[in-house]
Amino acid sequence: MPPFEYAPAPESAAVVDIRSHYGLFVDGEFVDATDGQSFKTVNPASEEVLAEVSAAGPADVDRAVRAARRAYDRVWGPMPGRDRAKYLYRIARIIQERARELAVLESIDNGKPIRESRDVDIPLVAAWFFSYAGWADKLPYAGFGADPRPLGVAAQVIPWNFPLLMLSWKIAPALACGNTVVLKPAETTPLTALAFADICRQAELPPGVVNIITGAGETGAALVGHDGVDKVAFTGSTDVGRQIARSVAGTTKKVTLELGGKAANVVFDDAPIDQAVEGIVNGIFFNQGHVCCAGSRLLVQESVYDEVLDRLRTRMGTLRVGDPLDKNTDIGAINSAEQLARIRALSEVGQAEGADIWSPPCELPEHGYWFPPTLFTGVTQAHRIAREEIFGPVLSVLTFRTPAEAVEKANNTPYGLSAGVWTDKGSRILWMAERLRAGVVWANTFNKFDPASPFGGYKESGYGREGGRHGLEAYLAG
Amino acid sequence: MPAERKPARPEPRVGVRKTYKLYIGGAFPRSESGRSYVVEDAEGGFLANAALASRKDARDAVSAAAKAGPGWSARTAYNRGQILYRIAEMLEGRRDQFTTEVAAGEGVPRKAADVVVSAAIDRWVWYAGWADKITQVLGSSNQVAAPYFDFSVPEPTGTVAVVAPQDSSLLGLVSVVAPAIVSGNTVVVLAAETRPLPAVTLTEVLATSDLPGGVVNLLTGRVAEVAPWLASHMEVKAIDLTGVTDAELATDLERSAADNLKRVVRPTTGADWNVDPGLDRLRAFLETKTVWHPVGI
Repeated sequence: MPPFEYAPAPESAAVVDIRSHYGLFVDGEFVDATDGQSFKTVNPASEEVLAEVSAAGPADVDRAVRAARRAYDRVWGPMPGRDRAKYLYRIARIIQERARELAVLESIDNGKPIRESRDVDIPLVAAWFFSYAGWADKLPYAGFGADPRPLGVAAQVIPWNFPLLMLSWKIAPALACGNTVVLKPAETTPLTALAFADICRQAELPPGVVNIITGAGETGAALVGHDGVDKVAFTGSTDVGRQIARSVAGTTKKVTLELGGKAANVVFDDAPIDQAVEGIVNGIFFNQGHVCCAGSRLLVQESVYDEVLDRLRTRMGTLRVGDPLDKNTDIGAINSAEQLARIRALSEVGQAEGADIWSPPCELPEHGYWFPPTLFTGVTQAHRIAREEIFGPVLSVLTFRTPAEAVEKANNTPYGLSAGVWTDKGSRILWMAERLRAGVVWANTFNKFDPASPFGGYKESGYGREGGRHGLEAYLAG
Repeated sequence: MPAERKPARPEPRVGVRKTYKLYIGGAFPRSESGRSYVVEDAEGGFLANAALASRKDARDAVSAAAKAGPGWSARTAYNRGQILYRIAEMLEGRRDQFTTEVAAGEGVPRKAADVVVSAAIDRWVWYAGWADKITQVLGSSNQVAAPYFDFSVPEPTGTVAVVAPQDSSLLGLVSVVAPAIVSGNTVVVLAAETRPLPAVTLTEVLATSDLPGGVVNLLTGRVAEVAPWLASHMEVKAIDLTGVTDAELATDLERSAADNLKRVVRPTTGADWNVDPGLDRLRAFLETKTVWHPVGI
């Protein structure tokens, strides 16, 4: 069968107006960093510099935390829940109104395909604010006591894989519960967070309730370590999560951590194979595999191994890698040169350790950071590619014979964020779901998210849950 | 055949003293280190030599707890509730002994000690009732904006290490152990350092209450010596620092716990163990698992 040819279908970037320089958003104003430091954010699909962004130093962190404290004490803490709700509803509406601009901006800054930023990220961002807006005036019914209190100032540090979505996961519940926030987006993807600052202004959110400070790891560490914060929320790598857990030791700061994963995606011989193959592809190639809950370890029952692998290779051959703004693109750019180097290094380790590497024939653009969809077979549990989080479009395939072996292998990891199960047998789904040590189990589906659905990890994938009623706990005293 | 000689007057009976041991994997070993330490009453009088647990004892206890975990968490909630209730029954039957030990250790009159023992018994009954209810209260069916059946259930975290409260040697101890095990976790608990005797006696109750060996393992000894091994042990998934009174040590323990991202309950001083415990301690050792499945025909 000849491959389908697709004409380019680029989304227009005209809806986005990127400024050459961005300051920090503190106390309702954009301000420059005290010591004038800045860094550049680049388009990972072209390596072109998009903007110069201020780097917050300790003095800026302090200023932001003080602004958040003032807003908490004077305005946001005392405000009735019904009014907080209205601000959050306003924000949700403005996100919907500016959805196209935000989707394009996210794809430009992050490298993710517009198909995903438009159809997944931005609709979920709006949904998160809508959903938590409705909690703001219903907190006494949430099951955390009759008079649940906010914690105060929340320090929030988020990653680069879902810049605006992770912002909404952090800010929406924090504000709903009556906290104020200082949020630090990742240094490679600050632009949509800064656009969100403008959304806060349009919503006339009181100054200081949301503060956004940009910078790299040092800024994050200064924020997390600041004496004036009552709560630390972090999404990112397990290593940084460990450092944060150490740094808050001996303090009264409440902490939630959403960390790495090495999810098993388990395919039984009675699974609907075509659906399973779609799920495998979605599990590992969604968002270039830059997903902490990505299904990066495929466990296939031996009896259907050949069939699954044949169809998987065929399906992978139809994935289109390239311009994130093209509506036909399935796999966009790797977010940064640094991340690309890590993916390459682990992929080389995989080959050096004896696994077989395969990628469909695909041409990668000359500029930008790219990695083709990649499949490793002949992988054992001892291989580093089966143990370490790669955070890229790289799938390792292992096999099993019995359900018990599948459980054993799936759980054989220090992580416990997510897992997938593919089988037609309902009783087996429930049996597997009971035994998999993971915070999210997707049965006959993968990578689904919803503001009403608790998400978070077991074991070294962190602690606390985001989403739903459970997500409120992170921001309430108790 | 010589006639039996009768003493001129009855001698006061020489009591049989109790040897206080550890409780690991359902057995009562002495410390492998062969060490013991003196436990005094509130006036400084000698009460007993308790086992001084070592690093090896701590590791044995963690192994036992980890081994017991899958079986205990797989029991039905109904069965776990029954067993916790059985603990209350056995404790009720031995209340005199506990009253004596609490009175001696905490330096309170028998009457006050009796109130403490009653509260400890009632606490087991309270938690026993939670076994089959906590899932309904903390779990949920989630309405997502797509055709999926999506539900969340609480599940045990695994092996929990507990530094028991130092002041309340029985009620405090029960208040930290019961909420951890009722949901299917297994524990290694370090008893109050200077008042460990009611805890050891409680293990005799546990051993005769249908509680599987290894679900609760008790160490007696020095917090500063044993707790660091528990905090750094990779098999321990959560640590309750309630009874750590040294702030610097507590910080060190919390830092060690970060190595495998243990769930940490920070120290509490001056807690009132008589008030309604609420759900915080139950929630502290539970994970939430969310399961998605498509809905369709």
